[in-house]
Amino acid sequence: MSMNAGKKSLKGATLLLEALEKEGVDVIFGYPGGVLLPLYDALLDSSVRHILVRHEQGGVHAADGYARVTGKVGVCLATSGPGATNLVTGIANAYMDSIPLVVLTGQVVTSLLGTDSFQEADITGITTPITKHSYLVKDAREIPRIVKEAFYLAGTGRPGPVLIDLPKDVLAAEIEPFSTEMNLKGYHVPGKGDSDKIAEVAKALSECSKPVIYAGGGVITAGAGAVLKQLAEKASLPVVTTLMGIGCFPYGHPNLLGMVGLHGAVAANYAVDDCDLLIAVGVRFDDRVTSGLGHLFATRAKIIHIDIDLAEIAKVVRTHIPIVGDARLVLEELLEALAGFQLPQVAEWWDQLRSWKNYYPMRYDKDRLTAQLVIECIGELANEDTMVITDVGQHQMWAAQVYPVVKSRNFATSGGLGTMGFGLPAAMGAQIARPDDMAVLITGDGSFQMCIQELATIAHNKLPVKIVLLNNGVLGMVRQLQKYFSGERYNQIDLQGNPDFIKVAEAYGIRGIRVDSLEQVRSAISEAFEHPGPVLLEFAISPNDDVLPIVPPGKPITEMLGG
Amino acid sequence: MLHTLAVLVENHPGVLTRVAGLFARRAYNIDSLSVCQTDDPKLSRMTIVVNGDDQVIEQVRNQLNKLVIVHTVTDLTAESVVDRELALIRIQVSPETRSEVLQTVDIFRGRVVDMGRTNLTIELTGDIGKINAFIKAIRPYGLLELVRTGKIAIMRSET
Amino acid sequence: MLHTLAALVENHPGVLTRIAGLFARRAYNIDSLSVCQTEDPALSRMTIVVNGDAQVIEQVRNQLNKLVIVHSVTDLTAESVVNRELALIRIKVSSETRSEVLQTIDIFRGRVVDMGRTNLTVELTGDIEKIDGFVKAIRPYGLLELVRTGKIAIMRSDV
Repeated sequence: MSMNAGKKSLKGATLLLEALEKEGVDVIFGYPGGVLLPLYDALLDSSVRHILVRHEQGGVHAADGYARVTGKVGVCLATSGPGATNLVTGIANAYMDSIPLVVLTGQVVTSLLGTDSFQEADITGITTPITKHSYLVKDAREIPRIVKEAFYLAGTGRPGPVLIDLPKDVLAAEIEPFSTEMNLKGYHVPGKGDSDKIAEVAKALSECSKPVIYAGGGVITAGAGAVLKQLAEKASLPVVTTLMGIGCFPYGHPNLLGMVGLHGAVAANYAVDDCDLLIAVGVRFDDRVTSGLGHLFATRAKIIHIDIDLAEIAKVVRTHIPIVGDARLVLEELLEALAGFQLPQVAEWWDQLRSWKNYYPMRYDKDRLTAQLVIECIGELANEDTMVITDVGQHQMWAAQVYPVVKSRNFATSGGLGTMGFGLPAAMGAQIARPDDMAVLITGDGSFQMCIQELATIAHNKLPVKIVLLNNGVLGMVRQLQKYFSGERYNQIDLQGNPDFIKVAEAYGIRGIRVDSLEQVRSAISEAFEHPGPVLLEFAISPNDDVLPIVPPGKPITEMLGG
Repeated sequence: MLHTLAVLVENHPGVLTRVAGLFARRAYNIDSLSVCQTDDPKLSRMTIVVNGDDQVIEQVRNQLNKLVIVHTVTDLTAESVVDRELALIRIQVSPETRSEVLQTVDIFRGRVVDMGRTNLTIELTGDIGKINAFIKAIRPYGLLELVRTGKIAIMRSET
Repeated sequence: MLHTLAALVENHPGVLTRIAGLFARRAYNIDSLSVCQTEDPALSRMTIVVNGDAQVIEQVRNQLNKLVIVHSVTDLTAESVVNRELALIRIKVSSETRSEVLQTIDIFRGRVVDMGRTNLTVELTGDIEKIDGFVKAIRPYGLLELVRTGKIAIMRSDV
């Protein structure tokens, strides 16, 4: 109950919290500060749960993790100045991966705006290029409308972070209630695709002989996984996914060729290169997929690009049939349109694809302790609702290559920005979002130390996150790049000075299990999974293991090393 | 009050973002802005009309001046200046109203630059007051489209 | 090539930063820009002239369209439009050159809006080429100051 209930006027901060409640917000990841005094005071009387993180970057990544595993808008809160600037990496991270966030920042009182006052930063200016939209609230009466708009903007169309900057006097102002109608004349959410174009796609599909579906994060955002599966099964279409698309098509399905791109499966890369029809859905032809060589990507193919964001069409590659719309609606219509056409003759194509798949499986040593072996074992012991969250580096690519994700929203990783430090707080947010499903973090000793302070938040809130630390004592991805492309001139990749991670976990009151040998792997994972609280599982792996295959910089994706 | 700032800036990508950002961070809206190259192709001149508190505008002016890409900033508000704006206005006409419209255009010393069966386009220069007055006079006939450049200003010739 | 984009945008602080940012991040320089309120005081119209690759401009246009505060963007480059720009130009004159200068102004249909002992100020409207032509013709007499609005454009009246 609001302290002000019954009174005619409300505080701006109370109005803000009521507006958040109306949007269904159950949790905020935040960190207090001077200008947020009115808000933290009002929070005492609100139903919204506040998780006190240990660094604002942890807060924004936690909100991001929350959003990734639920599809709901994540919310974080930071104070003005350094609190706000500490969010920048996390905002950019969410922006790059089209994750819906509402980012609340405190701001100095309006009369001091732009005067370089204490803890002031022009956060709307700083974040202009990395937010979908932002607001600097000057009148408390605008709060309900702005909050409504912010959630709508963050969660619809191509999702993304929306920032609301809240000066202290606006939060403290006493105001009268009023109307909250949105005013977004310049914002349109694409829905169904152009029917003529969809019919064109159906026709092109019926006439092709080597089709491939290239599916990305947009499929997950649109909830289009089920219809994608129907389409692939009906027309016997092979599917490759991007890193962000992992989970949109079930692992182990015979039509799945694997991840495409610089560390992709050989069969997936060859298929994209050789196909005569590429159906790209919810992807942006990122340079981790195309090598930044749009003109050399799928050169033999007619390219169909289905995306909700018009600005992505023809950004990187020439597109023969562009369709702007919601991926689920477009694929549903395409499935219907197929009824009027012959299905493509793909038997020969599948012979080729199967031979690639068989000839170039993901290979790794099974007679010693390797990251892939650990990750596969986790997959065997987990269930299909387990959420896997990764950090950034070699462990991330290994997880993407071998972990069996069978459902959308069960794999969360920093794709576009590649943010080391994302994993631990994101896993924390994911666990809070879905308390009944297990959250497993796969991280490395480099990434883990970038937001390690959030162990306190995990311990404090008794979040049963399973932290799988693949410790090779080096910055493995950089080491591997130096090995292949800098003539083994290794520099600044040795993480000497690493702490005893088990002792660190224990210092936070978290159970730690160290695994040094192959024989202990399965039992240690079982033990961790059965433990009701958080666990740190540390695996000692070799610094010499590489992520393979790898496409050298500037080379087309068919020129893989170690495939 | 309304301020008119003339800012001489370098022609660089990003200059506009930086200049506009200084107003945006105060949540000050720019009423009108016109930017065009000067006689020196490396420089542009921005004429910014902005509504705001004198002291704040003065501070923004100083912050503008501090930007490396800004050469000079002059507040033309209090100066003795000639200011002008250009508007292109498309007006609905019918056989009944055509001559009345043309008369009004003439009174305001507008020039017809394009004419169709049902509408005509005129070019009008003047200060903001004159253009507003013309729009008011013409509105009853049907104002179809209006494009204004925003004000530019130049120092008066010394006498 | 030069592109002319007309964008209908909401009058909010920050709108200019967002729009300018889209060009700036590509390191595309805006050749000229004019922004002014429309008939609806909540909306402004921006006329942006930018030099760039057609494909990139098309993508920037799509990105512009995506901005929440942008209602519409029209590429007026290929359209049938009336283009105009306004310039205020201060020219040095002496008793010897005065009549020649006035003659030149007359040929270009400029209007003298201010006159001093040693200089005079002319208002001139026309397309970019006409204004460039005038500036070239007048330069030998002494160009003291030049302020241009940047181009604005309006669709031709239907016939």
